[in-house]
Amino acid sequence: MAELKVTAIREGTVIDHIPAGKGLKVIEILRLNRPNGGVLLLASNVHSGKLGRKDIVKIEGKFLSEEEVNKIALIAPTATVNIVRDYKVAEKFKVEVPDEITGILRCANPNCVSNHEYTVSKFYVVSREPLKVRCHYCERTMEEEEILGNL
Amino acid sequence: MDWKGRDVISVRDFSKEDIEFVLNVAERLETELNEKGALDYAKGKILATLFFEPSTRTRLSFESAMHRLGGSVIGFSSAASTSVKKGESLADTIKTVEQYSDVIVIRHPMEGAARLAAEVADIPVINAGDGSNQHPTQTLLDLYTIKRAFGRIDGLTIGLLGDLKYGRTVHSLAEALAFYDVELYLISPELLRMPKHIIEELREKGVRIHETTDLEGTIPELDVLYVTRIQRERFPDEQEYLKVKGSYQVNCAVLKKAKESLRIMHPLPRVDEIHPEVDRTEHALYFRQVFSGVPVRMALLGLTLGVL
Repeated sequence: MAELKVTAIREGTVIDHIPAGKGLKVIEILRLNRPNGGVLLLASNVHSGKLGRKDIVKIEGKFLSEEEVNKIALIAPTATVNIVRDYKVAEKFKVEVPDEITGILRCANPNCVSNHEYTVSKFYVVSREPLKVRCHYCERTMEEEEILGNL
Repeated sequence: MDWKGRDVISVRDFSKEDIEFVLNVAERLETELNEKGALDYAKGKILATLFFEPSTRTRLSFESAMHRLGGSVIGFSSAASTSVKKGESLADTIKTVEQYSDVIVIRHPMEGAARLAAEVADIPVINAGDGSNQHPTQTLLDLYTIKRAFGRIDGLTIGLLGDLKYGRTVHSLAEALAFYDVELYLISPELLRMPKHIIEELREKGVRIHETTDLEGTIPELDVLYVTRIQRERFPDEQEYLKVKGSYQVNCAVLKKAKESLRIMHPLPRVDEIHPEVDRTEHALYFRQVFSGVPVRMALLGLTLGVL
């Protein structure tokens, strides 16, 4: 297997085991693609024993909030998060789709009250594979494509 | 079973025991009403009916139920006459109205509005229809009507006819029927088929389901035919509406193949989907269904107020 030609980071986060092709989406939902956002490395279509092909995102100087980890879980449920300190992995965990998703997803139903009144959005996970969630307010279900479009 | 202070928002919040309990209380109240004419369980209590969109039938039914329980009613029947027009939020309207009343009934054009109202209010909130989402009291009165007509719900073969795509009454009714041992025929034009996720859910719960476009071929199988209007106002595209408008009409010719015991229901208002000649037959159950709204809503108001 070819050596990865990406620099190791001193402090920050490595998101590994992202399904191939979803790395850019992870960058987008974490809003990492902004100027002055710090060093960001994306490796795409990397060989993976588990997934066949995978993407890896390295972010220097940033540690993820719970909300950000939940967002990643919704689009890359196989991902693992590595917290790097002083070039070493200090902590490592798998993302997990929570039973309830609060505040990070917008309802795709334009007539849902949550898109018109002040509310904190809330969804219940109906199925993890394929991912399907139900809006607490309008009860409409959203599948993967709609979820991605409303993160 | 303690219902005091409980909100009635969605059929999804109910268990079979909840449904049976409400139906039994409604039956008891109907008997008492027949004996005494009027009751006074809710004397001194005030119901606020907040109808942000018009629905004369549902509003009058709730008002009648509250009056028959001995309580009184305040409210409005369109958002145009309220502070909503001035830009007031739904949450503020609810917080205000709860200062004046003991229970709130809300009809709102947005899906999820009743859930939001219930979260804001400290008094019970009853959903009288939120957009194309839920209309749980309609479902309960539908079940009550079936139970009163047949003495049971289990073992029946029920056909749902018409707009199964946009019709919230058939969505909720189908979900509630999943608690019972029923066989369902979903009869609709191709364009108005029941949403796939609802069918999947029903099948997972063990309901035997048949999808068809053929009313005449199906009618001999049925104990109940639940007819719905093809609702022009729910179609995002007028052309789509015109393609399916008038797809079915239940008339005496169609009913020749039906069991004598077939009962026809309709949440009303109807347009042309049931011919008026059917009204005079034993099959017509839809006006009795309208009456069922009163004891069922009396039961819900009384239970949530904690006076029954």
